[in-house]
Amino acid sequence: MLLVPCPNCGPRNSADLRYFGESHERPNPASASPHEWRSYLYLEDNPADWLKESWFCRSGCRRYFTLERHTGTNEFRSPPMPGNKVGGKA
Amino acid sequence: MGVLQKSKPARYSAVGLVRRGLRGDTWPRVWREVPLKKSYDVVIIGGGVHGLATAYYLATNHGITDVAVLDKAYLGSGGSGRNTAIVRSNYLTPEGVAFYDRSLQLYKTMAADLNMNVMFSERGHMTLAHTDGALRTMHWRAEVNKLQNINSSVIDPAEVKKLAPSLDTSSHPRYPILGALYHPPGGTIRHDAVVWGYARGADARGVEMHQKTEVLDITVEGGSGPDGKGPGGTVTGVRTSKGDISAPIVVNCTAGWATLISDMAGVRLPISTRPLQAAVTEPVKVFLPTVVVSGSLHVYVSQTDRGELVFGASVDPFNNYSVRGSLDFTEELASHVLELMPGISRMRLLRQWAGLCDMTPDYSPVMGFTPVQGFLCDVGWGTYGFKAGPVSGEQMAYCIATNETPELISAFNLSRFAAGELVGEKGAAAVGH
Repeated sequence: MLLVPCPNCGPRNSADLRYFGESHERPNPASASPHEWRSYLYLEDNPADWLKESWFCRSGCRRYFTLERHTGTNEFRSPPMPGNKVGGKA
Repeated sequence: MGVLQKSKPARYSAVGLVRRGLRGDTWPRVWREVPLKKSYDVVIIGGGVHGLATAYYLATNHGITDVAVLDKAYLGSGGSGRNTAIVRSNYLTPEGVAFYDRSLQLYKTMAADLNMNVMFSERGHMTLAHTDGALRTMHWRAEVNKLQNINSSVIDPAEVKKLAPSLDTSSHPRYPILGALYHPPGGTIRHDAVVWGYARGADARGVEMHQKTEVLDITVEGGSGPDGKGPGGTVTGVRTSKGDISAPIVVNCTAGWATLISDMAGVRLPISTRPLQAAVTEPVKVFLPTVVVSGSLHVYVSQTDRGELVFGASVDPFNNYSVRGSLDFTEELASHVLELMPGISRMRLLRQWAGLCDMTPDYSPVMGFTPVQGFLCDVGWGTYGFKAGPVSGEQMAYCIATNETPELISAFNLSRFAAGELVGEKGAAAVGH
């Protein structure tokens, strides 16, 4: 079981949350080239290292937040920050 | 590292087994251990079933034997030794069906081809449907399969009960069994023997296997990225923990670690690494004659010849390079399996483990050439890599030898993501129906 520190609800079982992968900015759909858009859709960093990622507190506060997790050891480094849906602006 | 003299490998046979048993002879090593050379024609990174099959078919079909297979651990230490050893070809897309069917054909004749008992058991494969929607998908899959001459049909609960009496086919459970997609050619195989068989066959033809040899970097010249890497570049070799190697062709067959290797060449892959957990019970008398899969319940069950039940599930819900098991998984697995087979509630789990899956957005692999000249990929195999091992090796060997992409894998190229031509394979094991 992975305890994910939600900024509003405190540590929660990862089963209570939804994972949204690497946290990266969404390009503007109106001006992005097809290449930029597809890179945004399909290419994510997949390191065996620290990764800044987005989570959604599905059965708690129902908010998105970002945090840094080590994908090898499952440690959390930075305090979780309130965030938006992955890549999107509020 | 001791250098063993190369002698003609002993042919395995029943007579040889008896003779060696009576004489008390020791068995010769299955493959040589030789020092790493300075250069090879082809370097294959990853000593699993994909890497070894590629090396084997390069040597047998194309006569290319100056090949090194590198693995940072031991052969078959990754997904090849961690999967649930199920083979089948009843996929959903025509591309997928044609591809996995070729693999199944190669598995069928493998024991004779490799002179290795791979214990292929063609016991039949049953995918259960618990909802009307799932049943509809089963009919769809059955029709796609029939069109391609794959033996696959939808059966009703009475037939399911006949094939596997331990399943609860009553109307009471939360997930009643409404029918199943039955695929008689599917079955199980001993995955370690497949790895060893390919390694032994490749070794006999001159291919070198280097275990505990970690690739630290890939050298590329002329690319558009930093250090001359990236698109437009040409591979010149690899740096390993045992020294540098120059090679015009480097093949990435590293499954869960695929992005770490391809990042070294400056090639970005649309892959995320997720563990898939599996577990095995204590052995009991054989009672489950077929492989049973439930997409809705995310579980697949088969019984080994020793009598253990092997369970697999879907991939974990977040990216991870850790192969530790979790309690969440065990709880969920147990409740799902008991939903199907209430009679085994007193059985105990012996152990659980995880393997790393390289998931692509469309559940289809990434195979063939990349924007870096001489750097090829055979990755993105997610939850279906083992059953595709032989055909992937065969097709990748063809790619390397002829410098052309064969028809069978042309749909799986890396450029499909840029072109928006994804191959959505919803017959994959990780996908609910």
